[in-house]
Amino acid sequence: MSINVRIPTILRTYTQDQSQVSAEGATLTEVLDSLESSFPGIRARVVDDEGKLRRFVNIYVSEEDVRFSQGLDTPTPDGAQVSIIPAVAGGC
Amino acid sequence: MSITAEPATGASPIREGAFGHATGLVCRECGATQEIGPHYVCSHCFGPLEIQYNFPAITREQIEAGPANIWRYKALLPVPDDIETSPNLEPGYTRLLEAHNLAAELGLTKLWVKDDSTNPTNSFKDRVVACALSAAREFGSTVFACPSTGNLANAVAAAGARAGIKTVVFIPSNLETPKKVNSAIYTENLVAVEGNYDDVNRLAGEIAGEEEGWAFVNVNVRPFYAEGSKTLGYEIAEQLGWRLPDQIVIPVASGSQLTKVHKAFRELVKLGLVEDKPVRIFGAQATGCSPVSEAFREGWDVVRPQRPDTIAKSLAIGNPADGIYVLDICRETGGAVADISDDEVREGIVLLARTEGIFTETAGGTTIGVLKKLVESGQLDADLETVVINTGHGLKTLDAVTDLVGTRATIAPTYDAFVAANIV
Repeated sequence: MSINVRIPTILRTYTQDQSQVSAEGATLTEVLDSLESSFPGIRARVVDDEGKLRRFVNIYVSEEDVRFSQGLDTPTPDGAQVSIIPAVAGGC
Repeated sequence: MSITAEPATGASPIREGAFGHATGLVCRECGATQEIGPHYVCSHCFGPLEIQYNFPAITREQIEAGPANIWRYKALLPVPDDIETSPNLEPGYTRLLEAHNLAAELGLTKLWVKDDSTNPTNSFKDRVVACALSAAREFGSTVFACPSTGNLANAVAAAGARAGIKTVVFIPSNLETPKKVNSAIYTENLVAVEGNYDDVNRLAGEIAGEEEGWAFVNVNVRPFYAEGSKTLGYEIAEQLGWRLPDQIVIPVASGSQLTKVHKAFRELVKLGLVEDKPVRIFGAQATGCSPVSEAFREGWDVVRPQRPDTIAKSLAIGNPADGIYVLDICRETGGAVADISDDEVREGIVLLARTEGIFTETAGGTTIGVLKKLVESGQLDADLETVVINTGHGLKTLDAVTDLVGTRATIAPTYDAFVAANIV
């Protein structure tokens, strides 16, 4: 299953400056594992030592914030768009 | 001081003194440092970046001799010494009013309202935008932009017009009409996004990462922008006669304002400008978007995002960036975070207007309603001196109260009709 992943500027040092990369996997966890094998080191930037999504990272699968669905277990259907976005922004 | 970082826009190096006494950026989470630049996220852990300073010695007299706007505190902000010479909205130094009637109504001994509805675009956002505009200028940005729940869009559009820089402001498409008009009047680039504020925010984050030369005030220049809220704390202390209040109630959207008012109080103590004393800090949210209040109540040290559903749209941030820091501050200072229903928000607006002649928007209604709730619950000490912040003007959210207030009577133009109506 091919998944498109949007990479934020801060992580593009791992992806040779690519803003969009392809990965494989039926769940977000598998997609992150796939990213890690292609771009070693990137997973630990998104997930902490306990395997949880880092506090200041938001991930969207097909426009849905995974914190509102199944977190890292969120299914990633074929052709899904995954976006990784820094959480610190906005507000008053 | 010499700063040599290259701005992301690829323009010329940053000029010396461009950011005043700021010396760098430090991650609030892991403490990693970075050179000054249009960065907002720690390159190690994604944590939020704060400005580091090496403040000079400064006296009350020096500040008092400054202009009657936020630039009287320019030595404590990331702005150049010549900031007054560049066009901006010159916000701040708004009135601090003693609220005798509201205090009596609620059973408080001493209550003050810091009324930021009198800023140039009628909300506190003019303060933060003024600092963001300075940063955008110094970075050589060509577009001044923001995602906004409305008030920020008004401030960015107006400040950009005055500064002669192109503006693009993004808002949720369901925003109140006055807030749309109050932005569109200043800019031709008001973009309504089909979604809530968190959706708009996410889009802005993506654009900021892709487009060169954009200064998103609350995204990629957020560390500089957020410092503007410190001026609320500085002014409250100065207007109280260079002392801190016992308690303060502040509305919470992202939580940035509350954390910066706290920071301002601590800086004034460190600089010897006020005496140290305990200040209990309270946060106010509307129940329909109360992720920080929920976390406070439940004793969590993380904030679970919510999908906003409240009339207090300027507070409707379901995933608040500074929520965890609000929790820390309110717990450490002996304060609290509380929330009230939309009906109580409306009642808060009417209460402030009827007792003090101040027409606040829904965020202010939330603050007043939460103040009332905290007094009734005993969480706020009615015998201590208390300040509440009114962050915006009620003319921006007229719809919230049009069903609550209106014409007492419609009468014929005769004295008999007046008497029959029994008005007084």
